Formats: sequence, structure tokens, C-alpha cells
Amino acid sequence: MTKDDPILTPRDTDIADAELHARLMRTWTSPPGLWAAIATVDHKVIARRYIATAFVFLILGGILALAMRLQLSRPEARYISPDRYNQIFTMHGTNMMFLFAVPVMEAMAVYLVPLMVGTRNIAFPRLNAFSYWMFLGGGLLLWLSFALDTAPDVGWFAYVPLSGPEYGPGKRADLWAQMITFTEIAALAVAVEIVVTVFKQRAPGMSLDRVPVLVWAMLVMAFLVIFAMPAIMFASSTLILDRLVGTQFYNPAKGGDALLWQHLFWFFGHPEVYIIFLPAVGMVSTILPTFVRRPLFGYMLLVGALIATGILSFGLWVHHMFVTGLPRVGESFFTASSMAIALPAGAQIFCWLATIWAGKPVFRVPFLFVLGFIVTFVLGGLTGVMVASLPFDTQVHDTYFVVAHFHYVLVGGAVFPLLGAVYYWFPKMTGRMMSERLGKLSFWLIFAGFHLTFFPMHILGLIGMPRRIYTYQPELPWAGLNLFVSLSSLVLAAGFLVFFIDVVRSRRSGLPAGRNPWGASTLEWATASPPPAYNFAHIPVVFSREPLWDEKDALPVTSGLRTDRRELLVTSLAAAIPQARESVPEDSLWPFFAALATSAMLIGSIFTPWAVVWGAFPMAVTLIGWFWPKGTKEEMS
Amino acid sequence: MKEQAVLDVSRLPLHGMGAASPTWWGTAAFMLIEGSGFALAVAVYFYLMSLAETWPIDAPAPDLAPGTWLTAILVASVVPNMLISRWAKRRQLRRVQIGLVIMTLLGIAPLAFRVYEFPALHVWWDDNAYGSITWTILGLHTTHILTDLVDTVVLTCLMFTRHADNPRRYGDVQDNAMYWNFVVLTWLPLYVCLYWVPRL
Amino acid sequence: MRSKLNLRAGGLLLALPLCGCNGTQSALHAEGQAATALKGLILLIVLVCALVWIAVVGVLFWALLRRRTEFAAGNKIHDHRLRLAVYSALAATAIIVAGLTVASFYATRALYSSHPPDVIVQAKAQQWWWQFTYADSENRPLFQTANELHIPVGKDVLITLEALDVIHSLWIPALAGKQDMIPGRRNEQRLHAERQGIYRGQCAEFCGIQHSHMALVVVAEDEDDYAAWLAEQQKPAADPITAEAEAGRAVFLGKPCAACHTIRGTAAKGSTGPDLTHIGSRQTLGAGLLPVTRGSLAAWIADPQTLKPGNNMPLVPLSSDEVRQVSAYLEGLR
Ligand code: HEA
Ligand code: HEA
Ligand code: HEC
Ligand code: CUA
Ligand SMILES: [Cu+2]
Repeated sequence: MTKDDPILTPRDTDIADAELHARLMRTWTSPPGLWAAIATVDHKVIARRYIATAFVFLILGGILALAMRLQLSRPEARYISPDRYNQIFTMHGTNMMFLFAVPVMEAMAVYLVPLMVGTRNIAFPRLNAFSYWMFLGGGLLLWLSFALDTAPDVGWFAYVPLSGPEYGPGKRADLWAQMITFTEIAALAVAVEIVVTVFKQRAPGMSLDRVPVLVWAMLVMAFLVIFAMPAIMFASSTLILDRLVGTQFYNPAKGGDALLWQHLFWFFGHPEVYIIFLPAVGMVSTILPTFVRRPLFGYMLLVGALIATGILSFGLWVHHMFVTGLPRVGESFFTASSMAIALPAGAQIFCWLATIWAGKPVFRVPFLFVLGFIVTFVLGGLTGVMVASLPFDTQVHDTYFVVAHFHYVLVGGAVFPLLGAVYYWFPKMTGRMMSERLGKLSFWLIFAGFHLTFFPMHILGLIGMPRRIYTYQPELPWAGLNLFVSLSSLVLAAGFLVFFIDVVRSRRSGLPAGRNPWGASTLEWATASPPPAYNFAHIPVVFSREPLWDEKDALPVTSGLRTDRRELLVTSLAAAIPQARESVPEDSLWPFFAALATSAMLIGSIFTPWAVVWGAFPMAVTLIGWFWPKGTKEEMS
Repeated sequence: MKEQAVLDVSRLPLHGMGAASPTWWGTAAFMLIEGSGFALAVAVYFYLMSLAETWPIDAPAPDLAPGTWLTAILVASVVPNMLISRWAKRRQLRRVQIGLVIMTLLGIAPLAFRVYEFPALHVWWDDNAYGSITWTILGLHTTHILTDLVDTVVLTCLMFTRHADNPRRYGDVQDNAMYWNFVVLTWLPLYVCLYWVPRL
Repeated sequence: MRSKLNLRAGGLLLALPLCGCNGTQSALHAEGQAATALKGLILLIVLVCALVWIAVVGVLFWALLRRRTEFAAGNKIHDHRLRLAVYSALAATAIIVAGLTVASFYATRALYSSHPPDVIVQAKAQQWWWQFTYADSENRPLFQTANELHIPVGKDVLITLEALDVIHSLWIPALAGKQDMIPGRRNEQRLHAERQGIYRGQCAEFCGIQHSHMALVVVAEDEDDYAAWLAEQQKPAADPITAEAEAGRAVFLGKPCAACHTIRGTAAKGSTGPDLTHIGSRQTLGAGLLPVTRGSLAAWIADPQTLKPGNNMPLVPLSSDEVRQVSAYLEGLR
């Protein structure tokens, strides 16, 4: 203990703000240069990369969507060959789910959770860096395969036997399965970080009933990842085994079963949609109170609804398999459980409505996106209730009705809140405001374009149009609506274009934002915009759910952390009572090397099982390098 | 915004032990992930069994000997493992060092039996779905033994260096011990599943 | 042929002309027992959900636009009223979803009758066409046909569903909901047409490159027509009546065609492709791709890969005379 004597070591007590800032910057910032940029473990830097990369994948996936809409704009069109089309819709779905929607939500968590709980970095910052590199690797793998015309062509859920060894020749399905492994590793890593950050690094006093709803949402999301992702890991690995070394998991002639795949996939796949949706619930619950100037109504009910949705989501997967011929009694159970999810969903909607009712709305862009979300998501949720009805689903399963349902909930339910969140937190992330004018324009284009594009798909489904068809015949009555949909998708794309233009423009020349431009209540607004590398000069102490609204004169903070090494507070699980001054790792290149080694092994193992054996050695080396102590200040205690 | 210091944290310890340490929670979270993985593998085993007309498919029940020996070793290894954990808590470096060497050996021994477990299944992974799932379960568990062994070896080396006498290291030793208990614990249902269920 | 559109779609859905040349393929144009029941359920649920949506959006706008009285944080009466409203809405939600669950449950029960069927047909799906086998009353196979199902109106028809390669799904929306066909499993589908007509169906599970062109037609006809059709189909192939067709048969038997296709009454006994014994009597070619005419037959035989890229029939090099002859022959196989 002598080495750490409060009198002998540099502390943050009794020094001027400027001096404290300078000292903390020296300790927490990464030096300039490419290698240092790769080595950084700052959660904000990594999260911004993560978000930007995910948005690039949104653009790419959106362009694929436009390509599909071109091909479908008239009957028997020949713009795109059937083989390309199948690659395109598979890429679109896979890319949007695994490379855009899930990662972007996790990235938002990586950025916001540490700030909102008032700590200086995410737990396991090196794992965080590793996670980003794995995500990037998976994305590059998928898109390179598309460029080489060997992209997967079996749909985003890759049903066997079509994706199996017999009917899926080449390496297409393997690439799909291995891309899954990349992104799942990345997602699991983030999930662990979020759980531990929320459990152990909350600001003193932030007991569980003071945790911001967004943080709750991210926590539930992280647990969904932890329980759901092993299923898809198991599924994709066994698919590769079937294809590479001849195991018989999915071969009915040898005791395997085609439906086993579907059970495994949807046991993951259903929670997956809430992995995407629950963070959006958190965003809405954060943005909405700010713009109606009133604390969220029904905090407990909302948090309960989040948890209930999370638990229920593991009992719904069979609703994706209603027409596979499973025993009907069992299927009816899944109709009931799927319908029951309307209760927590309804609870959320009703709490928001009550908050608006009691508040005084200010119609700024983030709030517009929230309103667009409510209108759209409720519609999408209700079509979800429709397809949850087993007999109803026998008519619309695998038709454009389902395509309409899931775009309503994915785009309306998750992307709208996400765009609202970008408008809302952009000032925090960059220090600059986005444009109100362009924002309104992009909102209305996206909102109108979205409904014009996707509403008609409900009708298309009901009048018989199956999904995943690259073309349809002229005598079928779908041409008019399809053309309409395709044209509308251009309006939607224009809206996104305006949004991206606004982002690029505002980053350079937006108005300076200041700490708390919206007058919001949560901790991330207590620090500068953009936050310094160390987040908070002094870790805040929390006495209420809306600290910045309730602490009108001065923010209560802690003192006594060291300034010469990266230190943060570890607090107890329930009541957030300080337990230790934990030091956290400095920058390191090892996570990057570990990601390279892991990538090499994973890609090698598409081609030969021996890659797992020889690939294990570089991996072991990099991991040992990662964990071996270097004798830095941070490691002493 | 003005700040007002209300809490002095300078006297807090520099590292929490057990549940006060983030690493402990990280290890627990990873155990949760892997535990779900094992649970899923067992579920798949029973699912395939429910579809098959006979179980095992085209194979006799596996020989008991190698797997049972391995189980015995694993169970026995829990004792020194718990002791290490206790020594680490009390920061008794010498004992921890000795314990880790023993645990390294106790990590290698089951692998020797594992080699004989695969042929004792009397089925190849590509024969049928029964072979596939049994090999997969065994393989999955073997990787866990292997990774924990590597972990133990590295930690053992570390504990003989200047970095050893440090609460953080003792925390690592405890987490490693916890993880080994997990590897042992998950094996028990797998053992029942692989060796006794086919005999039902 | 029926092509009149049923416009009662809850007032929500746009009206669209449904063309009849290939039969209708719409869940809203119900002509079968199951489809009619389903349509009723669909309209009910859509209506209920539409009302819920209108209510929610209505309250949203009301909440946004209403005149504000000063809101005091923590106002007890205010909070109490809001809480009451939220819990009532939740209770209403519970009642509505319970109602919809029960409605679904009863609809499910009504859909799947268990009394013995009048006709049994075996369906085997493969990439990218349908094979149907009709059997006699002792379940002995009578004949095979492809991509076209004939059923008697007003009778219960049981289709047994198998898949020979990957998963497919049989869906004839005007008659019934869909049911998957899964390798290694056996499913069933019941059809019960209430009116005569031609109904189009399409494979509803993505099954590879030509999933888009895996359609079928169902001809629902009265008992007499059905019996006559059965009798015709059981006969072996008609002998060619023109010299051109005669030559076509020789070409067909001499070329690889016969290795893949069966024409009963000739030496052609292949089983990779559809049975062509009565191809001339069928409505469509290539699983709903084209109407059967001499011209389309010729086009198909000359180059199946351009018409249906990636399908499992290779281009068999034939001279233009041979193509003409073979198509004449096949057209005559009525
Ligand atoms: C963000 C993603 C997201 C979300 C939130 C949801 C939400 C829901 N989904 Fe959806 N779903 C998907 C993404 C999502 N889904 C995707 C991607 C697919 C397709 C995958 C594929 O095949 O490619 C799919 C497919 C899908 C199917 C399978 C369809 C098929 O393949 O045939 C089903 C069936 O039950 C279903 C049901 C539901 C239900 C009941 C909800 C519920 O959670 C909705 C609950 C919400 C509400 C009900 C609205 C709010 C409530 C009120 C205002 C209260 C009042 C309500 C009542 C009185 C009813 N979804
Ligand atoms: C979050 C997920 C997500 C998102 C956002 C979207 C967005 C869109 N999707 Fe899709 N979609 C899926 C998830 C998603 N989708 C999934 C999972 C499937 C199932 C796949 C399968 O069956 O396997 C699917 C399938 C699917 C189909 C069915 C294909 C088929 O079955 O054959 C269609 C057809 O219209 C479609 C269309 C669209 C359109 C028009 C958009 C639009 O919203 C896209 C709008 C965005 C853009 C157009 C980008 C615009 C950007 C620019 C133009 C800017 C360029 C600027 C710069 C360079 C700065 N999607
Ligand atoms: C290697 C196998 C193979 C050969 C050789 C072959 N076919 Fe085919 N044929 C098929 C398959 C498979 C289909 C179904 C294609 C589809 O609809 O996807 C088919 C479909 C057809 C059809 C349409 C049947 C229907 O009901 O839709 C006709 C007609 C036909 N073939 C004629 C011929 C003729 C004539 C030849 C020789 C010149 C020939 N085939 C050679 C495999 C073959
Ligand atoms: Cu067969 Cu799609
Ligand atoms: Cu689902």
C-alpha cells in the first residue's frame, strides 16, 4: 500500500481544472500516428469507428436493395441474372442484419453506456478493440466474396439442405457461415463488456432503479446476445462441419434432420430481432423525455417490459416454422406466446404516450424520428401479431406480407430511432449540431418514402407474391404495385442521401454544440462535447434518475483518483457503492494481431480442417502477448 | 457545469477480489456463454435421439472405461483446484506456484484419456448423426480442457516471474481456478449423456 | 375461367385486376374451403388491428396537439389518472390478443379435418418442378404427371408432400394455406375446391436458382370432367398421326431426351424430368413458365437454359428440323 500512498502519488484533488485536464489527457490519450490509432482502446474512438463502418454497410445494403427493386420493377426483367439476384438478396439480408443492425446497436452501446453510467472506459477495453477488428474482418470477408461473384446465395437464414454439402456447391455457404462466426465473436465480446460495465462500473449512487432506460435496454440486449448467439454459432459450425468433414447433422438419410437447422437458427433468430429492437426502445425512452420536458412515465413498467420481452423472446422461435408441419398443439402454444409479446410492447407504447400526454412537446428532428417510429412500429408490430396467428401465417408466410412486416419493424422500429439517436447524440460525439432544416427534409423523405415503399408489400403478399423471387410473369397482377414500390424506394433513398449529406456537412461546419444542447437529463451531457479521452474529470455521484435535471447548482462528484495512470471506480452490483479504484489497460496492438490471427484461422478453416490446428498457434501467441504483463503503471497495485 | 466533490475515494483498494473485480464477472459471463453452448449441444443430442429409431444409430453403446477414468480425474482435480483458490486469496505465493504445477499435470492427464475416448465411441463422426453429435460434444469439451490447460501453463510461468506477487495475479489464479471448476462441472452432464443415456 | 375480383378486402386494400389466363393466385380470392375460412380470419384480424392502430395514432396526435394546462412534476392526481389509463390500455390489449389467440385456435381446428379423404394424390417436389402421382382406390399408382393437379370440386383431396432434394412449399392461395415439403419428412395438405376453376400456385420456400419459376396450376372440375381426365391420363401416349410427329418421336427416342423423360407406351423411361406422356394436354410448360403450344415447346426444347436459366434440363443440340419434329410430336401427346 505504501507505493500508492495518497500523499505521494498524484491525485485529482485540489488542482485547477485546466491542470487536471492536461494531466488526465497525458494519461488517457493515444499518441498520433497510424499504429497508435490501431492500438487505441478508447471506447469512444472504437465506437465511432464501429458506427461509421456499420453505416457504410447500411449504404451498401441499401444499394443492393435498390438493385433488387430495379429488377422487380417490371415482370420478367433481365437486368440482373437469377444467380446474381439470389446473391443480392442474401447479401442484403445478411449484411443488414449481421453487419448493420446488430453492430450499430452494439456500437451505440459501446459509445453511450460508459458515458451514461459515468465511467471512463468500457470494461475490457482491449476486448472491445478486438471486437471491432473481428467485425471489420467479417464484413470484408462477405463483401470480398460478393465482389468475386462467390457470395452466399441461400438467403439470410441459409436453410439446409439448400446450403448443405449436396446442393450448395463451392464455398458460398461456407463464407456465409464463417462470416457469422466473425460477427458473433464480435457481438459476444461487446455483450460481455456491456454486462460488466453496467454491473461494476456505474457511478457511485446509481443504484439499479436509477439506471437510465437506455442502459437497461443495452443490458437486456447483451444478455440476449449471450444466450442466443451460441445457438447460431453451433448451427453455423455444424453446417461447416457437414460441408467440410462430412458430419451428418442435417442429412436425413443418416439420422440428421433438416428442421434441426431451423430450430437452431430461429432459437437465435427470433431473439436477434429484439437484439436489434430493444436498444431502439432505449433510445426512444431517452430522446422522448428530453423533447417533452418531462421524466419518463412508468420507468419501472418500462424496465419490466424490457426484461419481459427479453425472456419471452426465447419462447417464440417456432412462429417462423408454422408451415413446416410440426405438431399443431405445439404450434398453437407459439401463437399464444407470440401474441403475448404484444403486452410488453404495448406497455412501452403506452408509457411513451403517457409521457407525451403529460409533457410539452418540442418538435425538433430527433423527436420527429421518435414520432415516426411510433406510427410505423405500431403498424409493424400489429402485422407481427397477424403473422403470429398460425392459420393467418399459412397464407402469408414467405410472401411480401412478411417482407413488409419485418421492414416495418426493422426500419420503422429500429432504424428510425437510430436516425433520431444520431441527430440527438451527434452533438455529443462531434461537438457540432446537425442541421434542423436538412434533418426535417430527410425525415419527411424517409418517412413518406418508407410507407410508400413498404405498405403496398402487404397487399402484394396477400395477392400471392412470394418473397425471394427474382422475377414474376406478366400475367400475374403484381406489376403495377411493384413498379410503384420501386419508384417509392427512390424517395426513401433520397431521404437517406440527405441524411448522409447532413452528417458529412455537419461534421465539418455544424454549429458548435456545447455540453448539453438539448437540456437533457442524463450523465453523458455532463461532460464536454465531444467528451475528452477520460470522459469525466471527476466521476459523478448520482442521487436521482435525472441527475442533470435534479442537480441544478452543481454536479456532485468524487475525488481522489490518481491522474498518472488510468483509473476508474468499481462499484457494487445493486446499490453502486464504491468498492475499488480499478486501473484499466492502456493501448495495445495485441488485440489487432489477435484479430488477424483469428481471421486467418477462420478463413483457413473454410478450406481445410487443419487450419484449426496450425491456426491455433499464432492465436495462442497473440493472446499470450495480449495478457502478459508489461510492468506498466496500470498493472501495479 | 459546476462540480462539487462529495465523495473521497482515495482510500479505496486498488483492486477488488472475487465479485468485486470486473475480471471475475467477465469470466462468469464467458462461462455463461459456453454453458449455453454445452446446454445446446445436449439439447441437440436429445433432439436427434428423439428422431432416431434406435439409439445409438448403428453402433454399440460406448465403452465406459476411458470416459469414467477421465471423469474420476476431473472430479479429483477439483480438490487441489479449490486449495489453489484459497491460497491465492491468502496470497501464499509458494503454495500457489506448487498448486499450479500440479494443476498443469492434472490438465494433461485427462487429455491422455480423452485420446482413448474417441475410439471408445465405436462410431466415426461421418457415419451418422449420432457419431456427429458425440464427436462434437467430445471435441467441444476437449477444446475447453485444452484452452484452460494453456491458460494454466501461462499462468504458472507468470507466477514464477517478477509479476507474480500482485493482487491482480492472485485474482487471475482464482478466476482460472473458477474456470477449471466450470470445465469439470459441465463435463458431468455430458458424461451422463454420452455414456449412460445410450444404455437406457 | 373466373377472373372476377373479390373486392371486399376490409376497405383497406387496393383493388387490382387478377388476370385469369393462368388462374388466380390470391389469398383474397378464396375458392376453397380452407381459403375461405382463412380469408374470414384474415379480414377479422386485419380489421381489429386496424382499429387498434387508429386508436394508438389517434391518442398520439391528441397527446401532441392538446392544449396544455401547466404540468407540475409529481402532480399526484395527474399521475394517478395516467397510470389508470396505461393499465386500462394494457388490460384491453390482453383481452384483444386473447381473443385473437382463441380465434386462431378455432380456425386452426376447423382447417384440418381428420375424416378420410375422397382422393389421395402424392406430390413430390424437386428443383424446380412438381411431380404428381395419382393412385387407384387400393393406393396402387396409376400414372404420373407434372406441374398440373386435377381435383374434383366439392371433394376432400389429400396431397401427401415429399421433397426429393431441398425444401419446397406447396401453396395454392385460392384453395388453402401453404405447407412445406421437407426432405426426410412427410407432410400433408388438404384441398377442397368449392367452385370450378383454374387456380395458380407457386413454390413458397426458396429452393435455389429457379425458385421464381416453380409454379403449378390446379384444375378444379366437376366429377364427370375429372373422371374423364383420369381415364385419359391413364392411357399410354397417343401414337403420332403425322409424318412430322412420327419423325419427332424417333428423334426423341434417339436423343438423350428419353434418358430423362418417360413417355408411357414408348421406350422412353427416364425419371429425371417430368413425365411427358400427356404433355400436350397440360396447360403449362416448365412449371408454369409458358402455355403449352407448339411454338413454346419448340422454344423450350431448343434452349431451355435461356428460358429458365439454371434449370435441370440441359440444352440438347438438335437441328431446327428436329426441334420442329419433336415439338410436333409432343404437342400431339394429349
Ligand atoms: C426489429 C425487429 C422485429 C420486431 C420488433 C418484431 C416484432 C414481432 N414479430 Fe417479427 N420478424 C422480424 C423482425 C421483427 N419482428 C423479422 C426480421 C422477421 C422475418 C425473418 C425472415 O423470415 O426473414 C420476422 C418475422 C416474424 C414472424 C414469422 C413470419 C413468417 O415468416 O411467416 C412472426 C410470426 O409470428 C413475427 C411476429 C412478431 C411479433 C408478434 C412481434 C411483436 O414483438 C410485435 C409487438 C408489437 C405490437 C403488437 C405493437 C405495439 C402494441 C400495442 C400498440 C398494443 C396493442 C396491441 C394489440 C391489442 C395487439 N415476426
Ligand atoms: C435492418 C435491416 C434492413 C434494412 C434497413 C432494409 C432496407 C431495405 N430493404 Fe430489406 N431486407 C432485410 C433487412 C433490411 N432491409 C432482410 C433481413 C431481408 C430478407 C433477406 C432474405 O430473404 O434472405 C430483406 C429483404 C428485402 C426484400 C425482399 C427481397 C426478396 O425477397 O426477393 C426487398 C425487396 O424490395 C427489400 C427492400 C429493402 C429496401 C428498399 C430497403 C431500404 O430501406 C433501403 C434504403 C437505404 C438506401 C437506399 C441507402 C441509401 C443511401 C444512399 C443512396 C446514399 C449513398 C450515399 C453516399 C455514398 C454517402 N429488402
Ligand atoms: C438431363 C435430363 C434431361 C434431358 C436430357 C432432357 N430433359 Fe426435358 N426436362 C428435364 C427436367 C429436369 C425438366 C424440368 C425442368 C423444370 O421445369 O425445371 C424437363 C422439362 C421438359 C419439358 C417440360 C415438361 C413440363 O411439364 O413442364 C419438356 C417438354 C421437355 N423437358 C422435353 C425434352 C426434350 C424434347 C428433350 C430432348 C431433346 C429433353 N427434354 C431432354 C430433364 C431433361
Ligand atoms: Cu421450390 Cu421454391
Ligand atoms: Cu420471430
